[in-house]
Amino acid sequence: MLYIENLYKVFNIGTINEKRALVDLNLHIKKGGFVTVIGGNGAGKSTLLNMIAGVYMPEKGKIVLAGQDITRMPEYKRAALLGRVFQDPMRGTAADMEIIENLAIAARRGKKRTLKWGVTKQEKEQYVEYLKMLDLGLENRIHTKVGLLSGGQRQALTLLMATLREPELLLLDEHTAALDPKTAVKVLQLTEELVTKNNLTTLMITHNMKDAIRFGNRLIMMHEGKIIYDVSGEEKKKLTVADLLDKFENVSDRMLLSK
Amino acid sequence: MGILPILLSIQSAVSQGILWGIMTLGVYISYKILDYADLTVEGSFALGGAVTAVLIINGWSPMLSLFVALLLGMVAGMVTGFLNTKFKIPAILSGILSMIALYSINLSIMGKANIALLGKETIFTQAQKWFSMITDKSVLSLIIGSVFVIIIIAILYWFFGTELGSVIRATGNNEYMVRALGVNTDRMKIIGLFLSNGLVALSGGLIAQNQGYADVGMGTGTIVIGLASVIIGEVIFGRRFNFAYKLFSVVAGSVIYRIIIAAVLQMGLKTTNLKLFTAIIVAIALAIPAMKEKYSKPKLDI
Repeated sequence: MLYIENLYKVFNIGTINEKRALVDLNLHIKKGGFVTVIGGNGAGKSTLLNMIAGVYMPEKGKIVLAGQDITRMPEYKRAALLGRVFQDPMRGTAADMEIIENLAIAARRGKKRTLKWGVTKQEKEQYVEYLKMLDLGLENRIHTKVGLLSGGQRQALTLLMATLREPELLLLDEHTAALDPKTAVKVLQLTEELVTKNNLTTLMITHNMKDAIRFGNRLIMMHEGKIIYDVSGEEKKKLTVADLLDKFENVSDRMLLSK
Repeated sequence: MGILPILLSIQSAVSQGILWGIMTLGVYISYKILDYADLTVEGSFALGGAVTAVLIINGWSPMLSLFVALLLGMVAGMVTGFLNTKFKIPAILSGILSMIALYSINLSIMGKANIALLGKETIFTQAQKWFSMITDKSVLSLIIGSVFVIIIIAILYWFFGTELGSVIRATGNNEYMVRALGVNTDRMKIIGLFLSNGLVALSGGLIAQNQGYADVGMGTGTIVIGLASVIIGEVIFGRRFNFAYKLFSVVAGSVIYRIIIAAVLQMGLKTTNLKLFTAIIVAIALAIPAMKEKYSKPKLDI
């Protein structure tokens, strides 16, 4: 499904601020894989996601998704294959537009925008059904401007929008980090529901180690632009937060010693 | 001063306001929908006037000359869009570049700084022949302007409700989201500026035909007048209801702006100070939100 080979990303090349964000990174995710990504600040997690999404172009390497080489494809083109939810709840939706307009725009992800009417009658009924699933009462407020919703509601809506047209890969960039704990739990549950129901291939970054262990069927840990730990199946199920902290400390120690 | 001259000046202000309202609709598209402060309008407004005047002098039909003005205005908007999106020149600067370039272009289109349409046929003189019962020139302009405005608003209402139009609105709102949903936001901005400057040039052409001359300097201050009208419309009519209501309130803002100007001129403001006065109106209108924030904050009672 997703193949990443020898991927390099360096910011500010040739300056004193040169930063090697990704170093010879290799990753292969099978169809239906739900991978959680953890790592300290500056480990390259977000860079990895942004490279897959096409926000940045790599210095070297190759990204293949669903059989297509997307390494150099512009962001808006590869969006046809991707569903994305951002850390900032404001980023995923258009605040001055209605809930239903946002959904209609998302439902046409990757399709040519024509001069047909923006929201048809049939899809309106369909969206009401989908919104009921969120269980936030949004189905009665389809003409409300998204800017009037709370952060959690907006994030749940973004999640629905990202999966409205089934993506080849769902990218979640710490999408619960800006929410209060209770809302975060709700959005995570919703994420799991949607991912399981549609059997979506998913890459989820999180800062929360418990979540990283609880969700998904594979976990990778990143450090200094590399994947330093990759566990799945039974082994992942047995994992504890203490194990992960150990791993973190190990690499940090090694780093100190090697300097 | 009698009541009659005031009424007459209000009547002519209303008809002027409607013709300028088409320009305001253009500014609304770039400033409000795309969230793009586009200075190209200063040039494209005069471009519309220049093109119309030259074509009419050369025997073209006044209606067709307006159509050409619309098309060339669209091209001007596209150029600004390209400068901004393809070459990453900041929005304001892209507009300034187009505006300055258009000044020279307009001069060479006209061949001189000013073209009079005395004795030439315009859509207003044509209409006078058809509707001979209407003798008042400003009533006639009012009717023609309203027909244009209604048609344009109908088209804009339809367009911004389509798949393409809603994505353009979303681009002004949240570019990241629109790109993540598979749309080339550069193209959307270019289409928006294309439409916007087309309307501005059309308005310039109508104004030139209405006043009977085109002047290379006729675009100066267009952006400020446009912003003033958009803001006045928004402040007075609010942000309620649907999109068509908003578009009408933009034109109404333009009419009210003209009435204000007519009123202050009646009260003795010198014409030379008009632009200063407009700038002050816009500055105050733009400052209101910040001032409100500062002074109407609920105080903490300790």
